[in-house]
Amino acid sequence: MGFILVQILTGLSSAASLFLVAAGLSLIFGVTRVVNFAHGSFYMLGAYIGLTLVAVFGDLFGRGHLAFWSALLCAALIVGAIGALVEIVILRRIYRSPELFQLVATFGVILVIQDLTLWGWGPQDLLGPRAPDLRGAIMIMGEPLPRYDLVLIAAGPVVLLLFWLLLNKTRFGILVRAATADREMVGALGVNQAWLFTGVFFLGSFLAGLGGALQLPKGGANLLMDFGVLAAAFVVVVVGGMGSIAGAFLAAVLIGQLQAFGVLFVPQSTLVMMFLVMAVVLVVRPFGLLGRPELVGQGRQMLDDPLRPTGWRFKILALVLVALLVAAPLWLGDYGLVLLIDILILALFATALHAIIGPGGLVSFGHAAYFGGGAYAAALLVKYAGTPMSLNLVLAPPAAALLALAIGWFCVRLSGVYFAMLTLAFAQIVWSVVFQWGTVTGGDDGLLGIWPAPWASDRVAYYWLVLACCTAGILALRHGLHSPFGYALRAGRDSPLRAEAIGIDVRRQQWVAFTLSGAFAGLAGGLYAYAKGSVFPNEMAIARSFDGIIMVFFGGVQQLSGPLAGAAALTWLKDLLFRLEMWRLLLGLAVIAVVLLFPQGLAGFLKARFGRFVGIRPELSS
Amino acid sequence: MTALLELAGVSAAYLKARILFDINLVVGEREVVALVGRNGAGKSTTIKAVMGIQVSRTGAVRFAGRDVSRLPAYMIARLGIGYVPEERRVFSDLTILENLEVGRQVARQGAPTWTPELLFEIFPNLAELRHRPAGQTSGGEQQMLAIARTLMGNPRLVLLDEPSEGLAPVIVEQMAAAVGKLKQEGLAVLLSEQNLRFAGSVADRAYVIESGHIRFEGPMRRLLDDAALRRAHLSV
Repeated sequence: MGFILVQILTGLSSAASLFLVAAGLSLIFGVTRVVNFAHGSFYMLGAYIGLTLVAVFGDLFGRGHLAFWSALLCAALIVGAIGALVEIVILRRIYRSPELFQLVATFGVILVIQDLTLWGWGPQDLLGPRAPDLRGAIMIMGEPLPRYDLVLIAAGPVVLLLFWLLLNKTRFGILVRAATADREMVGALGVNQAWLFTGVFFLGSFLAGLGGALQLPKGGANLLMDFGVLAAAFVVVVVGGMGSIAGAFLAAVLIGQLQAFGVLFVPQSTLVMMFLVMAVVLVVRPFGLLGRPELVGQGRQMLDDPLRPTGWRFKILALVLVALLVAAPLWLGDYGLVLLIDILILALFATALHAIIGPGGLVSFGHAAYFGGGAYAAALLVKYAGTPMSLNLVLAPPAAALLALAIGWFCVRLSGVYFAMLTLAFAQIVWSVVFQWGTVTGGDDGLLGIWPAPWASDRVAYYWLVLACCTAGILALRHGLHSPFGYALRAGRDSPLRAEAIGIDVRRQQWVAFTLSGAFAGLAGGLYAYAKGSVFPNEMAIARSFDGIIMVFFGGVQQLSGPLAGAAALTWLKDLLFRLEMWRLLLGLAVIAVVLLFPQGLAGFLKARFGRFVGIRPELSS
Repeated sequence: MTALLELAGVSAAYLKARILFDINLVVGEREVVALVGRNGAGKSTTIKAVMGIQVSRTGAVRFAGRDVSRLPAYMIARLGIGYVPEERRVFSDLTILENLEVGRQVARQGAPTWTPELLFEIFPNLAELRHRPAGQTSGGEQQMLAIARTLMGNPRLVLLDEPSEGLAPVIVEQMAAAVGKLKQEGLAVLLSEQNLRFAGSVADRAYVIESGHIRFEGPMRRLLDDAALRRAHLSV
């Protein structure tokens, strides 16, 4: 009995930090519609800055209560200021870009903060300071509970109460709630949204920083905190309902309990359980526990231009490019070919993802599941059936498609951020299954020895095979989007109601598109497995999914050639910088620079600048 | 009469569809001007073009002698133009009082200063509902709230987009009385209307808009008296 009680209390204490981070994330999304990937980085910064400040304040003012708690508060305030700075310097310039484009910028911020933290505090995990007078444990019915947990247990409800007062009793809070519902109207009433957004970013980042600082005595600080908490915070926000602070609290408590008790029964799969809970909640309550349906019309502020058939000059340009690629082995060495193989495969992956994000209007945060699905399908066939490469490459796409078919059935019931989160949840579930089912998949060690058939074992031959498959795949996707199927898909994106009214089954259309997209991602995955000779769970991890999204938006989500440009630019950039010290910082800065300079993405910029030379009519400016 | 609001050669497009062509329009101080026309003629677009929201526009929009065509909507609102959208767009989770708070701006010279209590005198229905979420009120109450919320910004000019749309006749009468009250208080009003009776009962002057072009400009009386004109541009 005492054991269960202590376990519940432990769960409540771990819910506190999670709630703080999630509340900030939810607030920022609700008002600014920015999915802030960097939120986990603010949490991490809160921990590191808190660590330093506790030491500094301790030296200055003695190691009492005042020094300790004011250090944590100051750390949170500094993180809040950093968040506000990110908003003013970067995000404010790109609010008019296509929806979700801002997340590319926040991804750049993640990279920058990672390297700066490494540079400032070093790579080793740091132990947190103990809070004064809160060392040791108290006994509850014969079971020990760390004293500091009591502080954390209290922190959640206190912050919830303060938050409630702020949102309901202050002008700032009323404006925040109004802007969450209809920010354009708030602007038309004379409120300068820019400062409102900055304020929201300050507050949200402050909460993340506070969450990071408060957990110091329990968890310390390490460089993996950012992504670690981000996934959990997303789950909490979505389970609770986007924009609902009370929902975030409820969900944080739920996840906290799940983690506390999950550790007892299935020690290694708390992450799976978390995502499983999220999937179940979203299937039953599509907008989270306390959320409400996303407002139609608020999400998509900008309509894409209609797709135009490719002009003949552009076709010639594409032919020249393909011809150059075919001839590339003539002057490229082994290294160049390996890089080109990567670029081609990722271009196919990004194009498949773009089909569902751009024309489909559904942002998948979990497409690595199908990329990895194809890779694992090929590798498992090699391992257990000993089938030849050509057959495996043929079977990889349908295997990935099958996975996408099953997952898509759940996901296409949702849209917007909820769709994104559910795809992420399923991808994480698939990832954990692969990761933990070591006897079949090799787990963390992956599957090795996936080598191409003898006829393709030469680097150049395999390069040509990849080139042929990827070109065919990209052309097929392109063709599909210009077909009646593609028209119906875009109709469903631009106006679901009107599309339904003229007899298009929008959901089915999206489901089919999602499955097809998964199939092409699977082809890319299969090719990737043979290119590397091995498969690891990494091919399915969040990072791979995010890479795909970054490529799509980086290149320009409104252009069909966007994912090609994005994949090429990002892969090349990574390769270029990888050997340098602080390459993450440089890559992050480069990503942010591109985002600021080309708010329509690389391909969007190229089209606007050079489009007329290849027969693409410049659009009327709108 | 000095022009408070002036549109000179304004064209506007929604996405890529051009809706307005070379609109010239003037609203004087303390004047109530009606913009009448059929469904889809461009009434709402004209109003949105003044605020610069949802449409892209060319041409000049001047307010109190100042060119506002390059300003963001919130700056235009702060200069003293109050916008009441057609769809009302009240914040449904916020109470009536909170909605009013969102609209509040500092007192402005040359314009009456409003408080919730003063507004409840014009819209008595709202007084009893002040703590109720706006989403739980009727269409007529929401329309009143939308106007009251805009008045909290102490505007000199109010843009009313289709104020009588979808309202019961008795509410339409209250609306007309409210517009009369605003004029009394010294405000200028530009309203778009399909309901010619309503427009006729409140407006001094009228513009008839058809397919994005101004077809008539003159005293309201003349439009009401000229059946041929109405038949040409307004009858369905």
